[in-house]
Amino acid sequence: MNLLEVKNLSAWYGPTQALFNVNFHLSQGGITTILGANGAGKTTTLRSVCQTAKTSGDISFVGQSISGMSTDKIVRMGMAHVPDGRGTFTGLTVEENLKLGAYTRRDKDGVSEDIEKIYVRFPRLRERYSQQAGTLSGGEQQMLAISRALMLRPKLLLLDEPSFGLAPLIVQEIFEIMKSINQTDGVSMLLVEQNASLALNLADHAYLLETGKVVLSGPAEDIRADETIRRTYLGY
Amino acid sequence: MDGFLLQVFSGLANGSIYAAVGLALVMIYQSTHHINFAQGEMATFSTFICWWLIDSGMSYWLAFFLTVGVAFIGGVVVQRVFIRPVERKPVLINVIVFVALLVIFNAMSGWIFDHTLKAFDSPFPVRSAVLPEYISGHQLGSLGVTLAVLLVIYLFFRFTPIGLAMRGAAQNPDSASLVGIRVTWMLALGWGLASAIGAVAGMMMAPIMFLDPNMMAGILLYGFAAALLGGIDNPWGAVAGGFIVGVLENLLGAYVIGSDLKLTVALVLIVGTLTLKPNGLFGQKVVTRV
Repeated sequence: MNLLEVKNLSAWYGPTQALFNVNFHLSQGGITTILGANGAGKTTTLRSVCQTAKTSGDISFVGQSISGMSTDKIVRMGMAHVPDGRGTFTGLTVEENLKLGAYTRRDKDGVSEDIEKIYVRFPRLRERYSQQAGTLSGGEQQMLAISRALMLRPKLLLLDEPSFGLAPLIVQEIFEIMKSINQTDGVSMLLVEQNASLALNLADHAYLLETGKVVLSGPAEDIRADETIRRTYLGY
Repeated sequence: MDGFLLQVFSGLANGSIYAAVGLALVMIYQSTHHINFAQGEMATFSTFICWWLIDSGMSYWLAFFLTVGVAFIGGVVVQRVFIRPVERKPVLINVIVFVALLVIFNAMSGWIFDHTLKAFDSPFPVRSAVLPEYISGHQLGSLGVTLAVLLVIYLFFRFTPIGLAMRGAAQNPDSASLVGIRVTWMLALGWGLASAIGAVAGMMMAPIMFLDPNMMAGILLYGFAAALLGGIDNPWGAVAGGFIVGVLENLLGAYVIGSDLKLTVALVLIVGTLTLKPNGLFGQKVVTRV
Protein backbone atom coordinates (compact mmCIF):
# COMPACT_ATOMS: atom_id res chain seq x y z
CA MET A 1 0.00 0.00 0.00
CA ASN A 2 1.23 3.46 -0.84
CA LEU A 3 1.36 5.98 1.98
CA LEU A 4 0.05 8.70 -0.26
CA GLU A 5 -1.85 8.21 -3.48
CA VAL A 6 -2.88 11.18 -5.59
CA LYS A 7 -5.18 10.68 -8.57
CA ASN A 8 -6.36 13.26 -11.11
CA LEU A 9 -5.61 16.14 -8.80
CA SER A 10 -6.60 19.59 -10.03
CA ALA A 11 -6.40 22.75 -7.95
CA TRP A 12 -7.65 26.31 -8.25
CA TYR A 13 -6.91 29.72 -6.84
CA GLY A 14 -10.19 31.54 -7.38
CA PRO A 15 -11.00 31.03 -11.08
CA THR A 16 -7.39 30.22 -12.01
CA GLN A 17 -6.51 26.59 -12.38
CA ALA A 18 -3.03 25.81 -11.06
CA LEU A 19 -2.89 22.00 -11.32
CA PHE A 20 -4.19 19.78 -14.13
CA ASN A 21 -4.86 16.09 -13.44
CA VAL A 22 -1.71 15.43 -11.48
CA ASN A 23 -1.03 11.82 -10.50
CA PHE A 24 1.66 10.63 -8.15
CA HIS A 25 2.22 8.36 -5.21
CA LEU A 26 4.63 7.98 -2.38
CA SER A 27 5.68 4.70 -0.82
CA GLN A 28 6.11 4.10 2.88
CA GLY A 29 9.51 5.26 4.15
CA GLY A 30 10.50 6.96 0.91
CA ILE A 31 11.48 10.47 -0.02
CA THR A 32 9.78 11.83 -3.11
CA THR A 33 10.66 15.16 -4.59
CA ILE A 34 8.62 17.42 -6.81
CA LEU A 35 10.74 19.60 -9.06
CA GLY A 36 9.88 22.39 -11.41
CA ALA A 37 10.33 26.04 -12.21
CA ASN A 38 8.64 28.96 -10.49
CA GLY A 39 4.89 28.79 -10.94
CA ALA A 40 4.89 25.14 -11.99
CA GLY A 41 2.54 24.23 -9.14
CA LYS A 42 4.92 22.69 -6.60
CA THR A 43 3.67 24.61 -3.59
CA THR A 44 0.09 24.17 -4.77
CA THR A 45 0.62 20.41 -4.86
CA LEU A 46 1.66 20.41 -1.20
CA ARG A 47 -1.22 22.69 -0.26
CA SER A 48 -3.62 20.40 -2.08
CA VAL A 49 -2.34 17.33 -0.26
CA CYS A 50 -3.14 18.90 3.13
CA GLN A 51 -6.31 20.51 1.75
CA THR A 52 -5.43 24.14 2.24
CA ALA A 53 -6.17 24.78 -1.44
CA LYS A 54 -9.36 24.20 -3.42
CA THR A 55 -9.02 20.88 -5.21
CA SER A 56 -10.75 18.14 -7.14
CA GLY A 57 -9.59 14.58 -7.67
CA ASP A 58 -8.80 11.89 -5.19
CA ILE A 59 -6.14 11.93 -2.51
CA SER A 60 -5.71 9.05 -0.13
CA PHE A 61 -3.40 8.94 2.86
CA VAL A 62 -2.66 5.73 4.81
CA GLY A 63 -5.33 4.08 2.69
CA GLN A 64 -8.08 6.55 3.56
CA SER A 65 -9.54 9.19 1.28
CA ILE A 66 -8.80 12.67 2.59
CA SER A 67 -10.32 14.75 -0.22
CA GLY A 68 -12.45 17.50 1.27
CA MET A 69 -11.37 16.69 4.83
CA SER A 70 -10.45 19.62 7.07
CA THR A 71 -6.75 20.35 7.45
CA ASP A 72 -6.67 19.80 11.20
CA LYS A 73 -8.16 16.30 10.78
CA ILE A 74 -5.57 15.38 8.14
CA VAL A 75 -2.86 16.63 10.47
CA ARG A 76 -4.24 14.40 13.22
CA MET A 77 -3.84 11.41 10.87
CA GLY A 78 -0.09 12.03 10.86
CA MET A 79 0.68 14.48 8.10
CA ALA A 80 2.95 17.40 8.98
CA HIS A 81 3.55 20.33 6.67
CA VAL A 82 6.47 22.75 6.75
CA PRO A 83 4.99 25.46 4.53
CA ASP A 84 6.84 27.97 2.39
CA GLY A 85 7.89 30.93 4.47
CA ARG A 86 8.44 28.40 7.29
CA GLY A 87 5.22 29.08 9.17
CA THR A 88 6.70 29.30 12.65
CA PHE A 89 4.79 31.19 15.32
CA THR A 90 7.09 34.19 15.39
CA GLY A 91 5.57 35.76 18.51
CA LEU A 92 5.93 32.59 20.58
CA THR A 93 9.10 31.18 22.10
CA VAL A 94 11.01 28.30 20.57
CA GLU A 95 9.77 25.93 23.25
CA GLU A 96 6.16 27.09 22.82
CA ASN A 97 6.46 26.45 19.09
CA LEU A 98 7.59 22.90 19.81
CA LYS A 99 4.78 22.37 22.31
CA LEU A 100 2.23 23.61 19.79
CA GLY A 101 3.65 21.13 17.31
CA ALA A 102 2.62 18.39 19.74
CA TYR A 103 -0.82 19.93 20.28
CA THR A 104 -2.65 16.84 19.06
CA ARG A 105 -0.71 14.46 21.29
CA ARG A 106 -1.81 13.44 24.76
CA ASP A 107 1.33 11.60 25.93
CA LYS A 108 3.04 14.23 28.07
CA ASP A 109 6.15 12.16 28.76
CA GLY A 110 6.59 11.35 25.10
CA VAL A 111 6.33 15.04 24.24
CA SER A 112 9.06 16.08 26.70
CA GLU A 113 11.19 13.19 25.42
CA ASP A 114 10.74 14.38 21.84
CA ILE A 115 11.59 17.98 22.75
CA GLU A 116 14.78 16.65 24.34
CA LYS A 117 15.55 14.64 21.18
CA ILE A 118 15.11 17.75 19.08
CA TYR A 119 17.45 19.73 21.29
CA VAL A 120 20.04 16.99 20.82
CA ARG A 121 19.58 17.15 17.07
CA PHE A 122 19.53 20.96 16.94
CA PRO A 123 21.67 22.20 19.86
CA ARG A 124 21.11 25.77 18.70
CA LEU A 125 17.41 25.52 19.44
CA ARG A 126 18.22 24.49 23.02
CA GLU A 127 20.36 27.60 23.42
CA ARG A 128 17.44 29.72 22.23
CA TYR A 129 14.54 27.83 23.82
CA SER A 130 13.08 30.87 25.63
CA GLN A 131 13.66 33.29 22.74
CA GLN A 132 10.86 34.48 20.48
CA ALA A 133 10.94 32.52 17.23
CA GLY A 134 10.86 35.75 15.21
CA THR A 135 14.29 36.70 16.55
CA LEU A 136 15.97 33.56 15.19
CA SER A 137 18.11 33.56 12.08
CA GLY A 138 16.69 32.14 8.86
CA GLY A 139 18.47 28.81 9.28
CA GLU A 140 17.41 28.47 12.90
CA GLN A 141 13.82 29.24 11.94
CA GLN A 142 13.90 26.53 9.29
CA MET A 143 15.27 24.09 11.88
CA LEU A 144 12.48 25.14 14.22
CA ALA A 145 9.88 24.73 11.50
CA ILE A 146 11.07 21.18 10.76
CA SER A 147 11.29 20.38 14.47
CA ARG A 148 7.83 21.71 15.07
CA ALA A 149 6.53 19.42 12.35
CA LEU A 150 8.42 16.44 13.83
CA MET A 151 6.77 17.02 17.22
CA LEU A 152 3.63 15.61 15.66
CA ARG A 153 5.45 12.26 15.17
CA PRO A 154 4.26 12.36 11.57
CA LYS A 155 4.07 9.48 9.14
CA LEU A 156 4.55 11.93 6.30
CA LEU A 157 6.42 15.21 6.26
CA LEU A 158 5.66 17.76 3.55
CA LEU A 159 8.54 20.17 3.03
CA ASP A 160 8.24 23.30 0.94
CA GLU A 161 11.65 24.57 -0.19
CA PRO A 162 13.61 24.02 3.01
CA SER A 163 16.68 25.52 1.33
CA PHE A 164 14.99 28.81 0.48
CA GLY A 165 17.01 31.89 1.42
CA LEU A 166 19.63 30.00 3.41
CA ALA A 167 23.41 29.96 3.20
CA PRO A 168 24.83 26.87 1.40
CA LEU A 169 26.47 25.54 4.58
CA ILE A 170 23.20 25.70 6.52
CA VAL A 171 21.39 24.05 3.61
CA GLN A 172 23.91 21.19 3.74
CA GLU A 173 23.32 20.81 7.46
CA ILE A 174 19.55 20.82 7.12
CA PHE A 175 19.57 18.25 4.32
CA GLU A 176 21.88 15.99 6.36
CA ILE A 177 19.41 16.16 9.22
CA MET A 178 16.48 15.45 6.94
CA LYS A 179 18.27 12.36 5.70
CA SER A 180 18.86 11.14 9.23
CA ILE A 181 15.23 11.82 10.17
CA ASN A 182 14.13 9.69 7.24
CA GLN A 183 16.53 6.87 8.03
CA THR A 184 16.36 6.69 11.83
CA ASP A 185 12.76 7.75 12.47
CA GLY A 186 11.33 6.27 9.26
CA VAL A 187 9.45 9.46 8.37
CA SER A 188 8.40 9.57 4.72
CA MET A 189 8.86 12.89 2.97
CA LEU A 190 7.39 14.80 0.10
CA LEU A 191 9.93 17.45 -0.77
CA VAL A 192 9.45 20.46 -3.00
CA GLU A 193 12.68 22.11 -4.09
CA GLN A 194 14.06 24.57 -6.57
CA ASN A 195 17.55 23.27 -5.96
CA ALA A 196 17.18 20.17 -8.14
CA SER A 197 20.59 18.59 -7.63
CA LEU A 198 20.23 18.80 -3.85
CA ALA A 199 16.74 17.30 -3.93
CA LEU A 200 17.69 14.50 -6.35
CA ASN A 201 20.55 13.48 -4.09
CA LEU A 202 18.26 13.10 -1.12
CA ALA A 203 15.17 11.65 -2.80
CA ASP A 204 14.56 8.18 -4.15
CA HIS A 205 11.80 9.25 -6.50
CA ALA A 206 11.14 12.42 -8.47
CA TYR A 207 8.31 14.07 -10.36
CA LEU A 208 8.79 16.99 -12.66
CA LEU A 209 6.04 19.58 -12.92
CA GLU A 210 5.58 22.04 -15.74
CA THR A 211 2.73 24.60 -15.65
CA GLY A 212 0.57 22.41 -13.47
CA LYS A 213 1.17 19.07 -15.21
CA VAL A 214 3.48 16.16 -14.48
CA VAL A 215 5.82 15.92 -17.48
CA LEU A 216 8.27 13.34 -16.15
CA SER A 217 8.65 10.93 -13.31
CA GLY A 218 10.97 8.16 -12.26
CA PRO A 219 13.61 7.04 -9.77
CA ALA A 220 15.75 9.96 -8.68
CA GLU A 221 18.99 8.41 -9.89
CA ASP A 222 17.65 7.86 -13.42
CA ILE A 223 16.62 11.47 -13.66
CA ARG A 224 19.91 12.58 -12.22
CA ALA A 225 21.76 10.47 -14.77
CA ASP A 226 19.79 11.59 -17.81
CA GLU A 227 21.67 14.47 -19.28
CA THR A 228 18.89 15.63 -21.61
CA ILE A 229 16.39 15.93 -18.78
CA ARG A 230 18.95 17.61 -16.61
CA ARG A 231 19.81 20.23 -19.22
CA THR A 232 16.29 20.84 -20.47
CA TYR A 233 14.39 20.93 -17.24
CA LEU A 234 16.75 21.27 -14.36
CA GLY A 235 19.31 23.66 -15.76
CA TYR A 236 22.53 22.40 -14.23
CA MET B 1 -2.10 65.13 49.79
CA ASP B 2 -5.02 63.08 51.12
CA GLY B 3 -7.21 64.33 48.31
CA PHE B 4 -4.55 63.40 45.80
CA LEU B 5 -4.23 59.84 47.12
CA LEU B 6 -7.99 59.54 47.15
CA GLN B 7 -8.08 60.43 43.47
CA VAL B 8 -5.27 58.01 42.67
CA PHE B 9 -6.96 55.10 44.42
CA SER B 10 -10.33 55.74 42.89
CA GLY B 11 -8.54 56.11 39.55
CA LEU B 12 -6.96 52.69 40.02
CA ALA B 13 -10.35 51.21 40.90
CA ASN B 14 -11.96 52.63 37.75
CA GLY B 15 -8.80 51.84 35.80
CA SER B 16 -9.10 48.16 36.63
CA ILE B 17 -12.50 48.14 34.92
CA TYR B 18 -11.10 49.97 31.88
CA ALA B 19 -8.25 47.47 31.88
CA ALA B 20 -10.71 44.58 31.73
CA VAL B 21 -12.66 46.18 28.87
CA GLY B 22 -9.39 47.04 27.10
CA LEU B 23 -8.18 43.45 27.46
CA ALA B 24 -11.45 42.15 26.02
CA LEU B 25 -11.09 44.50 23.03
CA VAL B 26 -7.49 43.43 22.43
CA MET B 27 -8.35 39.73 22.61
CA ILE B 28 -10.90 40.14 19.86
CA TYR B 29 -8.66 42.49 17.90
CA GLN B 30 -5.88 39.91 17.88
CA SER B 31 -8.03 37.26 16.29
CA THR B 32 -10.17 39.40 13.96
CA HIS B 33 -8.12 42.60 13.48
CA HIS B 34 -11.23 44.63 14.19
CA ILE B 35 -12.50 46.53 17.20
CA ASN B 36 -15.57 44.93 18.68
CA PHE B 37 -17.83 47.96 19.00
CA ALA B 38 -20.45 45.76 20.65
CA GLN B 39 -18.14 44.84 23.55
CA GLY B 40 -19.74 47.39 25.88
CA GLU B 41 -23.32 46.55 25.00
CA MET B 42 -22.65 42.83 25.38
CA ALA B 43 -21.29 43.58 28.86
CA THR B 44 -24.35 45.68 29.71
CA PHE B 45 -26.66 42.89 28.60
CA SER B 46 -24.76 40.40 30.77
CA THR B 47 -25.02 42.79 33.70
CA PHE B 48 -28.79 42.94 33.19
CA ILE B 49 -28.87 39.16 33.37
CA CYS B 50 -27.03 39.33 36.68
CA TRP B 51 -29.43 42.02 37.95
CA TRP B 52 -32.40 39.88 36.94
CA LEU B 53 -30.98 36.80 38.66
CA ILE B 54 -30.39 38.76 41.88
CA ASP B 55 -33.80 40.38 41.56
CA SER B 56 -35.41 36.96 41.37
CA GLY B 57 -33.80 36.02 44.66
CA MET B 58 -30.43 34.50 43.81
CA SER B 59 -27.44 35.31 46.03
CA TYR B 60 -24.96 37.80 44.54
CA TRP B 61 -21.99 35.53 43.97
CA LEU B 62 -24.04 32.70 42.54
CA ALA B 63 -25.59 35.19 40.11
CA PHE B 64 -22.11 36.59 39.38
CA PHE B 65 -20.60 33.27 38.36
CA LEU B 66 -23.70 32.18 36.51
CA THR B 67 -23.61 35.43 34.53
CA VAL B 68 -19.94 34.92 33.68
CA GLY B 69 -20.85 31.48 32.36
CA VAL B 70 -23.79 32.77 30.35
CA ALA B 71 -21.67 35.61 28.94
CA PHE B 72 -19.00 33.10 27.90
CA ILE B 73 -21.49 30.93 26.05
CA GLY B 74 -23.10 34.03 24.56
CA GLY B 75 -19.73 35.21 23.24
CA VAL B 76 -19.06 31.82 21.62
CA VAL B 77 -22.50 31.84 20.02
CA VAL B 78 -22.06 35.40 18.69
CA GLN B 79 -18.77 34.39 17.04
CA ARG B 80 -20.19 31.21 15.50
CA VAL B 81 -23.41 32.83 14.25
CA PHE B 82 -22.48 36.40 13.31
CA ILE B 83 -18.70 36.74 12.97
CA ARG B 84 -17.59 33.47 11.42
CA PRO B 85 -19.60 33.94 8.19
CA VAL B 86 -17.92 37.31 7.55
CA GLU B 87 -14.41 36.35 8.75
CA ARG B 88 -12.80 36.65 5.34
CA LYS B 89 -15.06 39.43 4.06
CA PRO B 90 -13.90 43.06 3.59
CA VAL B 91 -13.32 45.35 6.56
CA LEU B 92 -16.45 47.39 5.99
CA ILE B 93 -18.72 44.35 6.22
CA ASN B 94 -17.10 43.41 9.50
CA VAL B 95 -17.52 46.90 10.89
CA ILE B 96 -21.19 46.88 9.94
CA VAL B 97 -21.69 43.53 11.68
CA PHE B 98 -20.05 44.92 14.83
CA VAL B 99 -22.22 48.04 14.75
CA ALA B 100 -25.28 45.88 14.17
CA LEU B 101 -24.39 43.79 17.20
CA LEU B 102 -24.05 46.99 19.23
CA VAL B 103 -27.55 48.11 18.22
CA ILE B 104 -29.03 44.64 18.70
CA PHE B 105 -27.64 44.18 22.20
CA ASN B 106 -28.54 47.73 23.21
CA ALA B 107 -32.09 47.26 21.97
CA MET B 108 -32.43 43.86 23.60
CA SER B 109 -31.37 45.31 26.96
CA GLY B 110 -34.01 48.03 26.66
CA TRP B 111 -36.68 45.72 25.29
CA ILE B 112 -36.31 42.95 27.84
CA PHE B 113 -35.32 44.94 30.94
CA ASP B 114 -36.73 48.42 29.98
CA HIS B 115 -34.93 51.76 30.03
CA THR B 116 -35.46 52.83 33.65
CA LEU B 117 -32.35 53.27 35.78
CA LYS B 118 -31.83 50.31 38.06
CA ALA B 119 -29.92 50.35 41.32
CA PHE B 120 -27.39 47.54 41.45
CA ASP B 121 -26.12 46.81 44.95
CA SER B 122 -22.47 46.18 45.55
CA PRO B 123 -21.62 42.87 47.21
CA PHE B 124 -18.86 44.56 49.17
CA PRO B 125 -19.14 46.43 52.50
CA VAL B 126 -19.44 50.21 52.24
CA ARG B 127 -16.39 50.77 54.38
CA SER B 128 -13.13 49.32 53.13
CA ALA B 129 -11.12 47.05 55.41
CA VAL B 130 -7.83 48.63 54.38
CA LEU B 131 -7.09 52.35 53.97
CA PRO B 132 -10.75 53.31 54.56
CA GLU B 133 -9.89 56.99 54.26
CA TYR B 134 -8.70 56.61 50.67
CA ILE B 135 -10.77 53.88 49.07
CA SER B 136 -14.35 52.68 49.37
CA GLY B 137 -15.35 49.10 49.98
CA HIS B 138 -16.72 48.66 46.47
CA GLN B 139 -13.64 50.20 44.87
CA LEU B 140 -11.34 47.86 46.77
CA GLY B 141 -13.62 44.92 45.99
CA SER B 142 -13.88 45.63 42.28
CA LEU B 143 -10.12 46.22 42.10
CA GLY B 144 -9.62 42.83 43.72
CA VAL B 145 -12.11 41.07 41.43
CA THR B 146 -10.71 42.51 38.20
CA LEU B 147 -7.12 41.82 39.27
CA ALA B 148 -8.13 38.23 40.04
CA VAL B 149 -9.72 37.93 36.60
CA LEU B 150 -6.61 39.33 34.91
CA LEU B 151 -4.43 36.89 36.86
CA VAL B 152 -6.59 33.93 35.89
CA ILE B 153 -6.51 35.00 32.23
CA TYR B 154 -2.75 35.42 32.37
CA LEU B 155 -2.21 31.98 33.91
CA PHE B 156 -4.61 30.45 31.40
CA PHE B 157 -2.78 31.85 28.38
CA ARG B 158 0.69 31.30 29.80
CA PHE B 159 0.46 27.79 31.19
CA THR B 160 -2.35 25.76 29.64
CA PRO B 161 -2.08 23.94 26.30
CA ILE B 162 -5.41 25.36 25.16
CA GLY B 163 -4.28 28.89 26.05
CA LEU B 164 -1.13 28.33 24.00
CA ALA B 165 -3.22 26.99 21.14
CA MET B 166 -5.43 30.08 21.27
CA ARG B 167 -2.41 32.35 21.09
CA GLY B 168 -1.07 30.34 18.17
CA ALA B 169 -4.41 30.44 16.36
CA ALA B 170 -4.75 34.22 16.78
CA GLN B 171 -1.19 34.84 15.67
CA ASN B 172 -0.87 32.56 12.70
CA PRO B 173 -4.11 30.76 11.81
CA ASP B 174 -2.62 28.94 8.81
CA SER B 175 0.21 27.39 10.77
CA ALA B 176 -2.14 26.66 13.64
CA SER B 177 -4.31 24.47 11.44
CA LEU B 178 -1.13 22.75 10.23
CA VAL B 179 -0.40 21.56 13.80
CA GLY B 180 -3.95 20.27 14.14
CA ILE B 181 -5.59 23.20 15.96
CA ARG B 182 -9.25 23.82 15.12
CA VAL B 183 -8.74 27.49 14.48
CA THR B 184 -12.35 28.66 14.24
CA TRP B 185 -13.17 27.07 17.59
CA MET B 186 -10.18 28.76 19.19
CA LEU B 187 -11.43 32.11 17.89
CA ALA B 188 -14.89 31.32 19.28
CA LEU B 189 -13.34 30.52 22.66
CA GLY B 190 -11.56 33.89 22.51
CA TRP B 191 -14.91 35.59 21.97
CA GLY B 192 -16.35 33.69 24.91
CA LEU B 193 -13.51 34.78 27.17
CA ALA B 194 -13.69 38.39 26.01
CA SER B 195 -17.42 38.43 26.59
CA ALA B 196 -16.97 36.94 30.09
CA ILE B 197 -14.30 39.52 30.98
CA GLY B 198 -16.64 42.27 29.72
CA ALA B 199 -19.42 40.88 31.89
CA VAL B 200 -17.21 41.12 34.98
CA ALA B 201 -16.36 44.72 34.08
CA GLY B 202 -20.06 45.51 33.67
CA MET B 203 -21.02 43.93 36.98
CA MET B 204 -18.28 45.88 38.76
CA MET B 205 -19.34 49.11 37.05
CA ALA B 206 -23.08 48.85 37.72
CA PRO B 207 -22.97 49.69 41.45
CA ILE B 208 -21.05 52.88 40.61
CA MET B 209 -23.19 54.06 37.72
CA PHE B 210 -26.79 52.71 37.95
CA LEU B 211 -27.74 50.13 35.40
CA ASP B 212 -29.35 51.19 32.12
CA PRO B 213 -28.92 50.01 28.52
CA ASN B 214 -26.31 52.68 27.76
CA MET B 215 -24.24 52.12 30.89
CA MET B 216 -21.12 50.79 29.15
CA ALA B 217 -21.12 53.19 26.18
CA GLY B 218 -18.74 55.63 27.90
CA ILE B 219 -16.77 52.83 29.54
CA LEU B 220 -16.12 51.31 26.13
CA LEU B 221 -14.46 54.59 25.12
CA TYR B 222 -12.20 54.43 28.17
CA GLY B 223 -11.48 50.79 27.42
CA PHE B 224 -10.67 51.67 23.82
CA ALA B 225 -8.37 54.47 24.97
CA ALA B 226 -6.70 51.98 27.34
CA ALA B 227 -6.21 49.41 24.56
CA LEU B 228 -4.81 52.00 22.12
CA LEU B 229 -2.56 53.62 24.69
CA GLY B 230 -1.09 50.26 25.69
CA GLY B 231 -0.81 49.07 22.10
CA ILE B 232 -3.78 47.39 20.46
CA ASP B 233 -1.84 44.16 19.83
CA ASN B 234 -0.55 43.79 23.38
CA PRO B 235 -2.98 42.45 26.03
CA TRP B 236 -0.80 43.43 28.97
CA GLY B 237 -0.25 46.85 27.44
CA ALA B 238 -4.03 47.27 27.41
CA VAL B 239 -4.17 46.38 31.10
CA ALA B 240 -1.43 48.88 31.94
CA GLY B 241 -3.20 51.39 29.68
CA GLY B 242 -6.42 50.87 31.64
CA PHE B 243 -4.79 51.81 34.93
CA ILE B 244 -3.02 54.78 33.36
CA VAL B 245 -6.25 56.05 31.82
CA GLY B 246 -8.15 55.59 35.10
CA VAL B 247 -5.65 57.51 37.20
CA LEU B 248 -5.06 60.19 34.58
CA GLU B 249 -8.76 60.76 34.07
CA ASN B 250 -9.35 61.16 37.80
CA LEU B 251 -6.41 63.47 38.44
CA LEU B 252 -7.18 65.68 35.46
CA GLY B 253 -10.85 65.72 36.45
CA ALA B 254 -10.04 66.73 40.00
CA TYR B 255 -7.31 69.30 39.41
CA VAL B 256 -7.34 70.50 35.83
CA ILE B 257 -10.43 70.21 33.69
CA GLY B 258 -13.25 69.47 36.12
CA SER B 259 -15.43 66.38 36.31
CA ASP B 260 -17.70 67.34 33.41
CA LEU B 261 -14.96 66.95 30.85
CA LYS B 262 -13.62 63.59 32.05
CA LEU B 263 -14.78 61.66 28.99
CA THR B 264 -12.83 64.12 26.88
CA VAL B 265 -9.66 62.72 28.40
CA ALA B 266 -10.43 59.37 26.79
CA LEU B 267 -11.11 60.97 23.42
CA VAL B 268 -7.98 63.10 23.56
CA LEU B 269 -5.95 60.02 24.47
CA ILE B 270 -7.42 58.10 21.54
CA VAL B 271 -6.71 60.84 19.02
CA GLY B 272 -3.35 61.65 20.59
CA THR B 273 -2.15 58.05 20.57
CA LEU B 274 -3.26 57.47 17.01
CA THR B 275 -1.52 60.58 15.71
CA LEU B 276 1.64 60.62 17.82
CA LYS B 277 2.37 56.98 18.63
CA PRO B 278 0.04 54.69 16.69
CA ASN B 279 1.61 51.53 18.13
CA GLY B 280 0.89 52.62 21.69
CA LEU B 281 3.27 52.59 24.62
CA PHE B 282 3.90 48.84 24.64
CA GLY B 283 2.80 47.82 21.16
CA GLN B 284 5.00 46.37 18.46
CA LYS B 285 5.75 48.04 15.23
CA VAL B 286 4.63 45.66 12.53
CA VAL B 287 7.15 45.41 9.75
CA THR B 288 6.11 43.56 6.62
CA ARG B 289 8.52 42.29 4.05
CA VAL B 290 7.62 43.60 0.63
